[in-house]
Amino acid sequence: MDIKVRVWRQAGPSTGGKMVTYDVKGISPDASFLEMIDVLNETLILSGDDPIAFDHDCREGICGACSMVINGVAHGPEKATTTCQLHMRKFSDGDVIDVEPWRAAAFPVIKDLVVDRTAFDKIIQAGGYITAPTGTAPDAHATPVPKKDADAAFEAATCIGCGACVAACPNGSSMLFTAAKIAHLGLMPQGQPERDSRVIDMLQAQDDAGFGGCTNAGECTTVCPKGIPLSLIGRLNSDYRKAITKR
Amino acid sequence: MTANDFWAEGEPVFDKAAPDGPVETRWERRKFSAKLVNPANRRKLTVIVVGTGLAGGSAAATLAEAGYRVKSYCYQDSPRRAHSIAAQGGINAAKNYRNDGDSVYRLFYDTVKGGDFRARESNVYRLAQVSVNIIDQCVAQGVPFAREYGGLLDNRSFGGTQVSRTFYARGQTGQQLLLGAYQALERQIGLGNVEMNARHEMLELIIVDGKARGIVVRDMVTGEITTEFADAVVLASGGYGNVFFLSTNAKGCNVTASWRAHRKGALFANPCYTQIHPTCIPESGSHQSKLTLMSESLRNDGRVWVPKNAADCQKPAGEIAEEDRDYYLERIYPSFGNLVPRDIASRAAKNVCDEGRGVGPGGLGVYLDFADAINRLGRKAVEAKYGNLFEMYERITGEDPYETPMRIYPAVHYTMGGLWVDYDLQSTVPGLFVVGEANFSDHGANRLGASALMQGLADGYFVLPNTISNYLASGPFPAVKATDAPVVEARKQVEDRIEKFLSIDGDRTVDSFHRELGQIMWEYCGMERTEEGLTKAIGLIRALKEEFWTRVKVPGKGEELNQNLEKAGRVADFIELGELMCIDALHRRESCGGHFRAESQTPDGEAMRHDDEFSYAAAWEYFGADGKPVLHKEDLNFEYVHPSTRSYK
Repeated sequence: MDIKVRVWRQAGPSTGGKMVTYDVKGISPDASFLEMIDVLNETLILSGDDPIAFDHDCREGICGACSMVINGVAHGPEKATTTCQLHMRKFSDGDVIDVEPWRAAAFPVIKDLVVDRTAFDKIIQAGGYITAPTGTAPDAHATPVPKKDADAAFEAATCIGCGACVAACPNGSSMLFTAAKIAHLGLMPQGQPERDSRVIDMLQAQDDAGFGGCTNAGECTTVCPKGIPLSLIGRLNSDYRKAITKR
Repeated sequence: MTANDFWAEGEPVFDKAAPDGPVETRWERRKFSAKLVNPANRRKLTVIVVGTGLAGGSAAATLAEAGYRVKSYCYQDSPRRAHSIAAQGGINAAKNYRNDGDSVYRLFYDTVKGGDFRARESNVYRLAQVSVNIIDQCVAQGVPFAREYGGLLDNRSFGGTQVSRTFYARGQTGQQLLLGAYQALERQIGLGNVEMNARHEMLELIIVDGKARGIVVRDMVTGEITTEFADAVVLASGGYGNVFFLSTNAKGCNVTASWRAHRKGALFANPCYTQIHPTCIPESGSHQSKLTLMSESLRNDGRVWVPKNAADCQKPAGEIAEEDRDYYLERIYPSFGNLVPRDIASRAAKNVCDEGRGVGPGGLGVYLDFADAINRLGRKAVEAKYGNLFEMYERITGEDPYETPMRIYPAVHYTMGGLWVDYDLQSTVPGLFVVGEANFSDHGANRLGASALMQGLADGYFVLPNTISNYLASGPFPAVKATDAPVVEARKQVEDRIEKFLSIDGDRTVDSFHRELGQIMWEYCGMERTEEGLTKAIGLIRALKEEFWTRVKVPGKGEELNQNLEKAGRVADFIELGELMCIDALHRRESCGGHFRAESQTPDGEAMRHDDEFSYAAAWEYFGADGKPVLHKEDLNFEYVHPSTRSYK
């Protein structure tokens, strides 16, 4: 396949950026999208240009590092798929493909397609855990958990923290990310003692980190590679209402 | 050329921290004999932890909970992305919740035997003991393990064991366990007990007065080089499978932290012990950047075959008649069939491909066919069991495994070797501890399925926090200053190396060298090794190293985010490690576990160990870039599980 990519190039956090067009010739349809960028980078290096910086690691769709907006869609055109699991066979010969970083106030660009997502860690620090210091645990069978709760908690816990939800949101809101963690921990009996403080503190942390508010646009769940449902945001709001009325 | 042109032999090495006496009480006794640090004194002690996977994340969180000051480092943008996240299958624990005869002793026995009698009994027994605490700990953190309708934890049998002791969370057990450790770590970061440094890479170890006292790190965003000090340093930096370029490891996984410590005096044990996983998705072309593992559970229902005649390899699978198919695992191993252990399945696949009977691009693949299972169980049942794996396969290959047989090929998956540690997980450099896949201690020559997660968390939550106190009790050590001679020297080493990479300005990319190294390693130090091949590989690697340092091209500057500069440092270290792996493989003239030496096999082609000669861990000492590595042997004694031969026919 011969394609063109128009890639966002930005030298550093404080400089401006622009879209730059590159030809990629003879790429295999079986190559992944990131492998296509690898091939392009090899030619850029040898011709004395600066290769494109991008985050990636496991390339199996689980670490959550990869983060490209492809043709205007976070993680590209394939439903429930991270950028690293997207393959060139989903494109056509002669396509011109736009590649941009996540764009959100809370995720400043570091270089090219690399953004700073430490704001997500800050939200977890505020309460995205169950306090259980090592060594204090009772036997694992001490508290049975109904299968449906455990399964629902697992579904919410599959969030990979990539930030596509934020990139897709017109408000740059992290509500789906936070809601997934609130649901995961709130569905388990172990998570009950901190349930109220957790939701209050995590929402405060996401406001402090510069994420926008949620207006139920629903773009987040559309691009989520793990299919985290919008309904979890309703669950979060319900938890929050209960928590503040108890205060 | 004789083997001794490649290495020298030194004094034996002993594990002085290991208690003797009854194996059941060794860990209790070690914990009791270890010196403790008064809680009020812990906050005066600083520990550096490099890596935030299962071992590093759990260690950092636990040490901080205990009251130590912790500085944590990872190369990823968040500690949650460490490669433990990608582990699929599960985690073993001797809970015996199924009442099927499991016990600490049985898990110990299975692990020593599975490691092909090349692991320490003391360590493995402790691992089995601690395994039950791990599950309790993770459940308390809210890890959403699979459960039964009664609300109790579900278990499955894994990797050919006869008991069901594997706990799991769908095919994402590693992710869920890591998030548990990550959340505990973030809690400690929030409380101010851990200083987290993401996007920071350790590039050198600082040793002062013979003790590990710090590290030199590069801020991967600004390029700033800093020196960081502590009373002890813990490496939890993972395995070195990426020496093969193509592996199931994440792209960033590297050996640099371990290798830099090795160059500063830490012994590196059993580097040639690598595990090759039989069910990975094959390469699709020269663009291939990594390989993806599919759960081994697929072999429960899939049948492995290749065409009998090489001439049929280009035909679509459906056009090859039943009588022209060679179900080679069922043919060679009639009693275990498609379920033979990982190393045997992997080697057999390579053999048929070497015979020219491989399928798919480059002839590097064998079929894993579900047609029989679909006929027998129905498509729905197959979908329920393997739906997510089939979907993953289709996403990557574009082929529908319900219609066309899957193609699989072995890939490097795990490395059992690593920095040598004693029972306390302390390396040969005082104050330098090594946990998780980065050390060599518990899996011997072969790791059982669902045991990697167990070991990572055992080390981080339960072993290290108990043993490191024995060392820290002699601290706090005298303050180290940036102007101290060893610190200045370590820093200069890092700066000089970066300067060198950027100034060569050659005509080959870092990746091109990495790929070439990977091909050499895969060909000569992969599933099957020979004296001739390994000797050749050492020569090729030395030539490659020379070429690397004269022809590599690293664009950009040091004072910026520069991903090729990062890679250059990692690849330079992989090249040196690759040579040591080949030397280790060359010296071990036996087949054991994941290491198959063609010269050491039974008349019917099975692996043959030589316990008389090789029942030891090979711990290598670094002797300069052009010097010969020095071999220190640690004898292994088996008082409980007596060496026997594996047979799967």
